[in-house]
Amino acid sequence: MKYNSIDEANKAVVEKIVNSAPFLVDVVPAKSKIKELNEGKVILHAGPPIQWDDMTGPMQGSCIGASLFEGWYEDADSAEKALANGEVTFIPCHHVNAVGPMGGITTANMPVFVVENRTDGNEAYCIMNEGIGKVLRFGAYSEEVVNRLKWMQDVLGPTLSKALKLTDDGMNLNVMIAKAITMGDEFHQRNIAASLIFMKEISPFIVQLDMDEKDMKDVIQFLADTDQFFLNIAMATGKAVMDGARKIEEGTVVTAMCRNGKDFGIRISGMGDQWFTAPVNTPQGLFFTGYSQDDANPDIGDSAITETFGVGGMAMIAAPGVTRFVGAGGFNDALSTSNEMMEICMDQNSNFTIPTWDFQGACLGIDARKVVETGIEPVINTGIAHKEAGVGQVGAGTVRAPKECFEKALEAYAEKLGLI
Amino acid sequence: MIHTIIKKNSYQDSINLMLLTNAVSSIEGVNKVQIMMGTPANKDIFKDAGLYTEDLATAESNDMAIVIDTEDESKVDEVLEKADQYLKDQSISGGSEAFETVRTWDRATKALPDANLALISVPGQYAAEEAHKALDLGMHTFLFSDNVPMDDEVALKQKAHEKGLLVMGPDCGTGILDGIPMAFANVVKKGRIGVVGASGTGIQEVTAIIDRLGEGVSHAIGTGGRDLKEPVGAITMMDGIKALENHAQTDIIVIISKPPAKEVRNEVVELLHGLSKPVVTIFLGEKPTKHEGNIYQAYTLEETARIAVDLARDKEIKKNYADGDYTVEHAELAEGQKTIKGLFSGGTLASEAAVLISDALGLGSEITNVDGYVLKENGHEVVDLGDDKYTQGKPHPMIDPETRAKFIEKAAEDESTAVIVLDYVLGYGSHEDMASALMPSIEKAVATAKENGRTLHVVASVCGTDNDPQSYQGHRDRLKEAGIIVKDSNNEAVRTAMNIVGLQVEDPEKELVPYEASKQFDLSVSEEIKSLLNNKPTIINVGLKSFTDAITAYGGRVVQYDWRPIAGGNEKMRKILSLLK
Repeated sequence: MKYNSIDEANKAVVEKIVNSAPFLVDVVPAKSKIKELNEGKVILHAGPPIQWDDMTGPMQGSCIGASLFEGWYEDADSAEKALANGEVTFIPCHHVNAVGPMGGITTANMPVFVVENRTDGNEAYCIMNEGIGKVLRFGAYSEEVVNRLKWMQDVLGPTLSKALKLTDDGMNLNVMIAKAITMGDEFHQRNIAASLIFMKEISPFIVQLDMDEKDMKDVIQFLADTDQFFLNIAMATGKAVMDGARKIEEGTVVTAMCRNGKDFGIRISGMGDQWFTAPVNTPQGLFFTGYSQDDANPDIGDSAITETFGVGGMAMIAAPGVTRFVGAGGFNDALSTSNEMMEICMDQNSNFTIPTWDFQGACLGIDARKVVETGIEPVINTGIAHKEAGVGQVGAGTVRAPKECFEKALEAYAEKLGLI
Repeated sequence: MIHTIIKKNSYQDSINLMLLTNAVSSIEGVNKVQIMMGTPANKDIFKDAGLYTEDLATAESNDMAIVIDTEDESKVDEVLEKADQYLKDQSISGGSEAFETVRTWDRATKALPDANLALISVPGQYAAEEAHKALDLGMHTFLFSDNVPMDDEVALKQKAHEKGLLVMGPDCGTGILDGIPMAFANVVKKGRIGVVGASGTGIQEVTAIIDRLGEGVSHAIGTGGRDLKEPVGAITMMDGIKALENHAQTDIIVIISKPPAKEVRNEVVELLHGLSKPVVTIFLGEKPTKHEGNIYQAYTLEETARIAVDLARDKEIKKNYADGDYTVEHAELAEGQKTIKGLFSGGTLASEAAVLISDALGLGSEITNVDGYVLKENGHEVVDLGDDKYTQGKPHPMIDPETRAKFIEKAAEDESTAVIVLDYVLGYGSHEDMASALMPSIEKAVATAKENGRTLHVVASVCGTDNDPQSYQGHRDRLKEAGIIVKDSNNEAVRTAMNIVGLQVEDPEKELVPYEASKQFDLSVSEEIKSLLNNKPTIINVGLKSFTDAITAYGGRVVQYDWRPIAGGNEKMRKILSLLK
């Protein structure tokens, strides 16, 4: 090891996180950045590797929807058959510099945000948020869903791409996150402030574009309606920053957390690309009328990259407005949640100071050793999908990362260092 | 029918669970219930209680195991509900506290960067490790935990001494630091008398009497009961003595010790002779015949306190302090009623009783201990009910009346019993109203004896002060109303009991003789120790949360470290973690 101690290596990792410079620079079809998507029928999915038979309902539904969107099959039935027959290759988003919410299903022609981390020169990608209701990420694949995806491909994506090119330098995401965290966002459950900031920043450029007036109105309306629009940008940001930081290749800082509905997977800085998995938990929370805990799909999605980055559930205290979603105790519960999360983190990120936390910085660098030592599992704020494909979101709440992942990671790292 | 419920990964402190077991035991229709963490040791206790089940075998150290013996299945839910409520109430009461609660040393030291004392009350097998961490962080350590191996104690104390730190304990039940009652302690006025003691209730009895006599205590430093044994060599006591010698507000030094190793004792006494301040010593089991140089040697705890008070007031030291009225008028005794049963919650109070009775019987004043019996002669019995023998899986008799109630009833059935001697130890940590809690069994015992034509006498003393959380005067009144003879000290109570059966001890007239100190000691202490004694301690409370009550009430700053076993007690992960430092 080129560091004198694990503490020193971990410090180097978190230093990279703090010094990262993520910028939103473009929106492009996924295939133009991810070469694997050009090699036959390929679907990217959330979480550690998984095959069709092991996927839960929402992820399977998303695969069907994506196949229809790409025009690979005539209808849902034939798509499902083909998927079950192994005609499509599955790759985790994380393996190709991408992240995806819920099912995380991403295919060649879907537009993705491009976030560039300028300190390390790496990029990360994430599809755009489709809004709420019947949406692909929760497994819906009706005509309405596919049509919206087409519109995003044809109108929303190109419009944002052009508008971003009019900016000098792209959008400085650290600045946007720093502003929004003081406005009550934690970037997983709540993104309304950041989404507004995004809209405020991008609108002056959109209105300069030479484009169809109705399309322009539709784009502005969509951005105005989509409270969680920034979530996917925050995810790509987290991915870009954590991928930059894990170039250190030593230490026990958690560099990714993700779920595929079956397994929860983590990576730590000292173990490179290797996943350490354990069965996922099922989120607990509040449900929309007519639904209950029994309808909840097990934990799913790459969005836990926000918690890996130190926001989301880790920064619960920043978002008093949504604490009721995650526990009846309100503000004090949020405070104790964030205080508890500090127990398993290396430090605090002075880039993102939280007014409701006496201007302490957001959590920085989950140390897998501390997770195992204390048994405190990272908390993740999450939407809850219905376990059947196509029903969509039925609630929101929290879920914990299973500590077995962290135990396995430490054991592997100790082996790698020749300590056991 | 025995029902087993395992709650995975829900660690609770053992004292909490014992109190919880108590609370749910009262549910009607429940024959027996036991709630404990699923450690191997606890599983044995389940076995002993006849509550071992196959399900229990699967429980791990971090799982809470609830075993219920009941014919009525619906009672299982009732127990679970009550248990949940109890634990929930405990967590809610932590809602708006004056201190931060943390789960790691890291956070603890960030929350209170100037913390200089760790109060550690984690289970014994983990205690030494946590104490080492505290010392490595430069903190003095108050080690309440017991069952710490002797080797660990020696290593900790040597390390502390080298770093200029104090290790109070292990098995240190009490202390007073600049007016703050630590762990199980009475609320004692601040004053000029400093105490170092290798004895928990010895310190409590002496400091409480000092308070009641109108004087006060600067610090009372507990050393743990084995500090004056050979391997330890009184490291903490010697450093504590030097600390008080250097402490400007301390004018008189009191030394209290359970029976010490002879050479260690002599070394301590040599050090004491080299001090500039007057000293009062009591080495339990010794019957001194003189005072020497600056050292006044006491026989009883009461005498210790009274000499210290007279010194503080510049009064002449009496040759004999055994001047109380120990007589009982018209004490009726039936034929054959001639023995004393001393049933104590305080170990040193039990030892003191044993010394006095043994002395009166002409058997010398040496103390033995067989299964908690510190005296068992001619039908006389003195039991230390706080001995390990009676506290395995059960709360200490200062918290819980159950064990002592059984002994009282048993004593009443013994035809030879003339008198029962009891101690009531008040202060932080103790039961909120032991007078009432023990009363039913005392009344029953007296009634049983009466039915059989005997008058059973009960003599008690209350170890407490007017400022204790419990009412000192209220306790005395309640006991007197019930016909119990209440005395001002344990010494008086025991002598009164002896008087009833016609026993008494002779107290020598002690002259002050000069002493020529032969050895020179370096009396200087570290800056860390000076700072501990010259300020209110700033404390990291590792373990029992209730210890924070007294600290915050008396102006100490504290952070609560909700301690759990590392990696949930998973030995493999614990080892890996230690390698990945």
